[in-house]
Amino acid sequence: MANFFSSRDSCPAVKNILILDSEGKRVAVKYYSDEWPTNAAKLAFEKSIFTKTLKSNARTEAEITMFDSNIVIYKFVQDLHFFITGGDEENELLLAGVLQGLFDAISLLLRNTIDKREALENLDLIFLCIDEIVDQGMILETDSNVLAGKVAIQNMDVSAPLSEQTISQALATAREHLTRTLLK
Amino acid sequence: MAQPLVKKDDDLDDEAEYSPFSGIEKGAVLQEARVFNDPQLDPRRCSQVITKLLYLLNQGETFTKIEATEVFFAVTKLFQSRDIGLRRMVYVMIKELSPSADEVIIVTSSLMKDMTSKTDMYRANAIRVLCRITDGTLLTQIERYLKQAIVDKNPVVASAALVSGIHLLQTNPEIVKRWSNEVQEAVQSRAALVQFHALALLHQIRQNDRLAVNKLVSSLSKGSVRSPLAQCLLIRYTSQVIRESANNTQTGDRPFYDFLEGCLRHKAEMVIFEAARAITELNGVTSRELTPAITVLQLFLSSSKPVLRFAAVRTLNKVAMTHPVAVTNCNIDMESLISDQNRSIATLAITTLLKTGNESSVDRLMKQITNFMSDIADEFKIVVVEAIRSLCLKFPLKHRTLMNFLSNILREEGGFEYKKAIVDSIVILIRNIPEAKESGLLHLCEFIEDCEFTYLSTQILHFLGIEGPKTSDPSKYIRYIYNRVHLENATVRAGAVSTLAKFGAMVCELKPRIFVLLRRCLFDNDDEVRDRATLYLNALGGDGAVVETGEDVKEFLFGSLDIPLVNLENSLKNYEPSEESFDINSVPKEVKTQPLVEKKAPGKKPTGLGAPPTGPPSTFDAYEKLLSSIPEFANFGKLFKSSAPVELTEAETEYAVNVVKHIFDGHVVFQYNCTNTIPEQLLENVTVIVDASEAEEFAEVASKPLRSLPYDSPGQTFVAFEKPEGVPAVGKFSNMLRFVVKEVDPSTGEAEDDGVEDEYQLEELEVVAADYMLKVGVSNFRNAWESMGQDFERVDEYGLGPRDSLAEAVNTVINLLGMQPCEGTEVVPSNSRSHTCLLSGVYIGNVKVLVRLQFGIDGPKDIAMKLAVRSEDETVSDAIHEIVASG
Repeated sequence: MANFFSSRDSCPAVKNILILDSEGKRVAVKYYSDEWPTNAAKLAFEKSIFTKTLKSNARTEAEITMFDSNIVIYKFVQDLHFFITGGDEENELLLAGVLQGLFDAISLLLRNTIDKREALENLDLIFLCIDEIVDQGMILETDSNVLAGKVAIQNMDVSAPLSEQTISQALATAREHLTRTLLK
Repeated sequence: MAQPLVKKDDDLDDEAEYSPFSGIEKGAVLQEARVFNDPQLDPRRCSQVITKLLYLLNQGETFTKIEATEVFFAVTKLFQSRDIGLRRMVYVMIKELSPSADEVIIVTSSLMKDMTSKTDMYRANAIRVLCRITDGTLLTQIERYLKQAIVDKNPVVASAALVSGIHLLQTNPEIVKRWSNEVQEAVQSRAALVQFHALALLHQIRQNDRLAVNKLVSSLSKGSVRSPLAQCLLIRYTSQVIRESANNTQTGDRPFYDFLEGCLRHKAEMVIFEAARAITELNGVTSRELTPAITVLQLFLSSSKPVLRFAAVRTLNKVAMTHPVAVTNCNIDMESLISDQNRSIATLAITTLLKTGNESSVDRLMKQITNFMSDIADEFKIVVVEAIRSLCLKFPLKHRTLMNFLSNILREEGGFEYKKAIVDSIVILIRNIPEAKESGLLHLCEFIEDCEFTYLSTQILHFLGIEGPKTSDPSKYIRYIYNRVHLENATVRAGAVSTLAKFGAMVCELKPRIFVLLRRCLFDNDDEVRDRATLYLNALGGDGAVVETGEDVKEFLFGSLDIPLVNLENSLKNYEPSEESFDINSVPKEVKTQPLVEKKAPGKKPTGLGAPPTGPPSTFDAYEKLLSSIPEFANFGKLFKSSAPVELTEAETEYAVNVVKHIFDGHVVFQYNCTNTIPEQLLENVTVIVDASEAEEFAEVASKPLRSLPYDSPGQTFVAFEKPEGVPAVGKFSNMLRFVVKEVDPSTGEAEDDGVEDEYQLEELEVVAADYMLKVGVSNFRNAWESMGQDFERVDEYGLGPRDSLAEAVNTVINLLGMQPCEGTEVVPSNSRSHTCLLSGVYIGNVKVLVRLQFGIDGPKDIAMKLAVRSEDETVSDAIHEIVASG
């Protein structure tokens, strides 16, 4: 693993993907590099990168900074802060492409309402999306449509064979939908 | 969820209301996970519980071993459900739990079933999960499916298998290497991402085979690559090929340059940038080659995307270090970036401008920077300070403006690293620009009047003690120094006392006044301060008479210790009190070479003040400790030098062996570092049989076999030779690894009782003259050269024959002699026709050697060299010539 991240001649590698809320708390994070071995180290990294970027305006275009010999590219929307980290020799545009892919895929999945509440309510989709975009640091897919397609497959299939669901399950689904709409 | 609404006067309450996970608790969720065991599974509910579990893990919650096992077993039950969404969550959950080997077995069959399923999503994800959690033995069982998956017509499946292959290559290279035919086929895939993953894997499989990489690059660069990501990879591999073939091109044209240049017109920005960056990083890139790359980077500078501007300015900044002229065209775009919203971009722009700017633009730039300094972070400020330092060295006439700037920012707020960078810069400027000395010293004096960092205060005091007495009016510094004795902590006070003493020793007129001050320090409440004051009063002749200070007192006060402090510290630790007193001459002088080049990472700058911070104990110490712990070698005396490891096997063979040559006065010890790369074998009684028939002066005296060498844990075996004392004997040795090999049962890890004797041929190893040379640098070569005198100087001229470049010839000679290049003279400016290189070292027998090499191009490619050697012993001077003549 260490080898995979250090060598410049090898593939582009992502060290982590972070989605934080407007207070710097975790919504979903995924670390691929062992540069941050403990949860405390991870939290410290998140805290400092959050504070460092807080004042910048990364809402229209993704912004970029160097941090502890890493490149961090970030983009904010509503109360969500998206970050992606790569080594300092990494191609910045390539990392930006991954972040954009993630961001667009999530907007597709959340039907353009990207905020913390929506993200938490669909956290399963977010987890799957992160799982599909990068595998142990290696970029797996960056096209947002393909990504969203891969993640959304389940939703279609679950609702399709309605006949297979038991009555109680169908009721549970309906109840849940109702609560969601009521709470909105 | 449907709780009564609390009063919404608090933001926090509001927030808590939003989250479906508010008040979530590990214990409760683990209870909920029991639904996984229901005979009638509810996929939606199970999905929700898994999401909750993942949420907990994501928030940093940890499961105990028992909890994790319970969850894992419950999750495996969910394979019964045919709900795709749930299955996806199960896959993610299994990866997060990273089950142990005996747990993996439980899910293996389910995953293998999914791997051969008709649903593409199942196949792709099952492959990723299985490869993530599997070990080598299971891998052989599923290898067949993986090879099929690589060429699967569904790109998602193929990518999953290829990416898994990339990860498995780290742990099971021998298996993954067998897939290269399938991977090769996948490189031709029409799916963009598959091609990217296949290319990455293929390159990793073949990376040690230069010819194969070369072929790969030349076939693909003709234009069959679809995805921008794959194209970026190809550019990286291409520049690697260019780098490695740089030494054997005959014509001036660089192979593959056209390909890189063509990529500058690619439609994807990431490819354009990758190519531009690759061109700027070519070895000895010419300005003609640079121009098109600089042009595209210049366009990026005015992009609306911050990432693009950042990437471009960062690359141009690096180019400016080596080719400042090439970047000047971008200066106008660069100046508009100084006000960029993104401070990283602004800082990079400023420092680039400082590197490329000319003398007339300095004042204008400094004005812009002053406005900008207050609103950037310390780490950027350090970068700016360093750029200003090099600017000042470039334009010494501007020292007044730049020194003023430095002293102004020194007075402002800032952390230790930042302040240290400023102080270091001022010190370097004082050392290099004589006119800047007096004003610089006064700035430093003012700084220590109000300095919160003990380290910086003591360093500045030390520096003042060296430079202050040599100025036109030394007395004006005394006030600043003596103030420290009143106002500071004990460490700084002690430093101030030493500095005062130095003024006293160097400047006769000040001596009586210094005595008065030192006597006052005798009543300090700190031991160290009092002791120092007493010591110096006595050393300087405390009677107060105005006399010239004796030479040995000066030596004591100012003489520098010519041995590295780390080495001294180690020797003192090893010294056992006995009749014999500690001999400072026995301390090894070999320095762990400090990186001379300025590293880009902040915090790793060349130190301007005092001694460099002591690094971790050098490998030399580690070797010395290791060897002295072996009784057979204990009486060989002091270790003179240890070579860098020399590989005796090709990369990726069954047994990897390298050798370290340890040189003693009358002995040589070969340390063979062996690694066994076959998991199914245990080696015992490992020795190296050395044939020294081509090394007449050497006689084998001892060898130390290695008892056992299990898989993947390196071990050492040693062979020692006697050689004539103090003589730099050379010779060639052929080596044979001999051992008893035992089969190991991979499942139990136990070795069989019976072993078979076997041998393995290693490559030859040579002891060369350079092994008797220690790399020891001198700080001022000219002084050292002059003080060595001409008594044992030997000068001769040599023709080196045709060489590729001057730089290559210089490197060859440096490596041949094994000496330390001084003052950065190992770097040959491109396109120069002649070059002088200065080397220093210590030859066996502790003889200092200095070498001056003058190279010149003679005829089209022939290189001639004039070699001048000075040393403390004429036989050594002759020996150096011998080395060159026979090399």
